[in-house]
Amino acid sequence: MTTDTTAAVAGGAASAPFRSHELVIEGRKLVKRYGHVVALDETDFEIRQGEVLAVIGDNGAGKSSLIQCLSGAVQPDEGELLVGGELTTLKSPVEARRLGIETVFQSLAVSPALDVASNIFLGRELRRAGIAGSVFRMLDKKKMRQEALGAMSELGLQTLQNVGQSVETLSGGQRQGVAVARAAAFGSKVVILDEPTAALGVKESGRVVKLIKDINARGIPVILISHNMPQIFEVADRVHIQRLGRRIALVETSQIDMGDAVALMVGAKTPEQLGLETAS
Amino acid sequence: MARSATDAREDERASIPAPKSPRGLVEIDGGARLTPIQWIERRMLSRPLIGPIAVLVFALIVFSIVSPNFGTLQNFSLILQQVQVIAMLGIAQTLIILTAGIDLSVAAVMLLAQVVMGKLAVAMGLPPELALVLGILVGVACGAINGLIVTKLNIPPFIATLGTLSIFYALNIFLSGGESVPYADVPGLFTWLGTGFQVLGTTFTFGQVLTILMFLVFAYILRSTAWGTHIYAVGDNLEAARLSGIRVNRVLMSVYIVAGLIIGVTAWLLIGRIGSISPTAGASYNLASITAVVIGGTSLFGGRGRIMGTLLGAVIVGVFSSGLSLAGFDNLWQEFTIGILIIGAVAVDQRLRKIGR
Ligand SMILES: Nc1ncnc2c1ncn2[C@@H]1O[C@H](COP(=O)(O)OP(=O)(O)OP(=O)(O)O)[C@@H](O)[C@H]1O
Ligand SMILES: [Mg+2]
Repeated sequence: MTTDTTAAVAGGAASAPFRSHELVIEGRKLVKRYGHVVALDETDFEIRQGEVLAVIGDNGAGKSSLIQCLSGAVQPDEGELLVGGELTTLKSPVEARRLGIETVFQSLAVSPALDVASNIFLGRELRRAGIAGSVFRMLDKKKMRQEALGAMSELGLQTLQNVGQSVETLSGGQRQGVAVARAAAFGSKVVILDEPTAALGVKESGRVVKLIKDINARGIPVILISHNMPQIFEVADRVHIQRLGRRIALVETSQIDMGDAVALMVGAKTPEQLGLETAS
Repeated sequence: MARSATDAREDERASIPAPKSPRGLVEIDGGARLTPIQWIERRMLSRPLIGPIAVLVFALIVFSIVSPNFGTLQNFSLILQQVQVIAMLGIAQTLIILTAGIDLSVAAVMLLAQVVMGKLAVAMGLPPELALVLGILVGVACGAINGLIVTKLNIPPFIATLGTLSIFYALNIFLSGGESVPYADVPGLFTWLGTGFQVLGTTFTFGQVLTILMFLVFAYILRSTAWGTHIYAVGDNLEAARLSGIRVNRVLMSVYIVAGLIIGVTAWLLIGRIGSISPTAGASYNLASITAVVIGGTSLFGGRGRIMGTLLGAVIVGVFSSGLSLAGFDNLWQEFTIGILIIGAVAVDQRLRKIGR
């Protein structure tokens, strides 16, 4: 729940020791169709140990569909998925969570009538110790509230004073904060964020960026979907460019500038023109 | 790539104000001022029982002033006896409505369960204890059937239970041959919940005690267990619940089965209440149970409500019936008033639901 400060310090060094070319998740020729709409058209995907990978693309390029396949929310119609090098099928979000893959969905996936703490612990509630927990199945609400408060504080959500209040009484940005805090608190293998700053103000967006860095500093790779180019170029190590359901390029952030990335994304330029190998 | 220092965050954390009270409501968005109406709405959102309690207190005061016979302990016990069966069915109904479902078959399941109890014990001569358990299990089986239709066939609960309402009711008439088992033939165990004890010169029944206990148990379960939280989550936002790793079909299935169990027990309560086993007694309780839930402030759209609200809702219906008839009004005015209460309760719920969306 709390940030491991030693890892954070280590991450502060120029060469992060936990970085490697080992792939944490790999997707091969993933296809996802909705009726006659092809959301994913044999797209490839990879994220390396310890990196921040940005996924960019136009609206409808298949970014959300892609990460939904990685988080078990939907099942690809074709293609292979490897987690930690092993061929895996994620039949449900439960299975992805069990593997340590934690996701902030674009739809946020929060339950408005439940309070903040219940939302953060939804699906993995803490029970009391002793017979209260084992026989009477009693939830440890106090502990969940404390830890939820810690997770929210880490995001700097000062306006949120009470983790016992229902999520529907929160602003859009605060709700997003709840979803992000939940992923940050539980992600152990990969944290996936689908447009986590879309509803946030400048200050709050900055906090999320910092949180991404913090999560990453713990050695956890992060997949960030965003339309905010400066933000991406600030945090990401590599950029995955999705277009018309495919990955058309996968480049080091340092090897490309913002203008070219956008040009690729909207189809104004091709990877060949930029001297990039077509990824796949 | 520069990594941010962690010390800045430490500073921020130190400046975060501790929550004032762990359960109190706070002002949102930098402490925007709320109008009195908004303030009341926010309160009602976090304390859904405020509405039903206010209605009940108001009715109790008015009827006590109007008719001197109303405000007695004896009358209160009578009201509770009259509404206990509806209230118990209301527990099952609340669980299902919280998942954004509805069960139109609760009374039919109850009748089928009690007819099976009677058939096994009276016509077939099984020991009453065994017949009772088997009858309750019929309730469980009916609940499981409803749950399977909803989760496996993906049929909306309204339609699923409209169908099973007919099926279970028809089976009930078939098994009973449309005939009642008279009091003299009903085993004592079956009517035990109708017997009672004296407190302060007033008779209370074991059935009333059982009803209250069931409410306390389910209030605890909904409030303090993960299953309870999951019931709310499923009804509130099904997709979010699924994405949060809740096995939504498993939760739905378990809710229908537990509802069936409660209804099976209610069959026992019904026999105690009326003394005989009638295949048609309480057939109107399908809708009456929904009325109790709605007046109790639980949202028909799911995810919002309290089990104790249903007890209040059932008691409110009983209080209005008793109060209006003691004041000399015709029965039709009870129906009329209940209609207004239902619409009023749903109107309030609609308004509250808009706040957060
Ligand atoms: N559940 C669904 N049912 C039908 N079509 C869908 C569904 N989800 C996605 N699609 C379609 O698949 C395509 C890709 O959608 P997706 O949400 O993955 O895009 P995206 O890149 O995340 O876009 P955005 O930037 O707008 O979030 C779109 O054409 C969309 O209409
Ligand atoms: Mg998207």
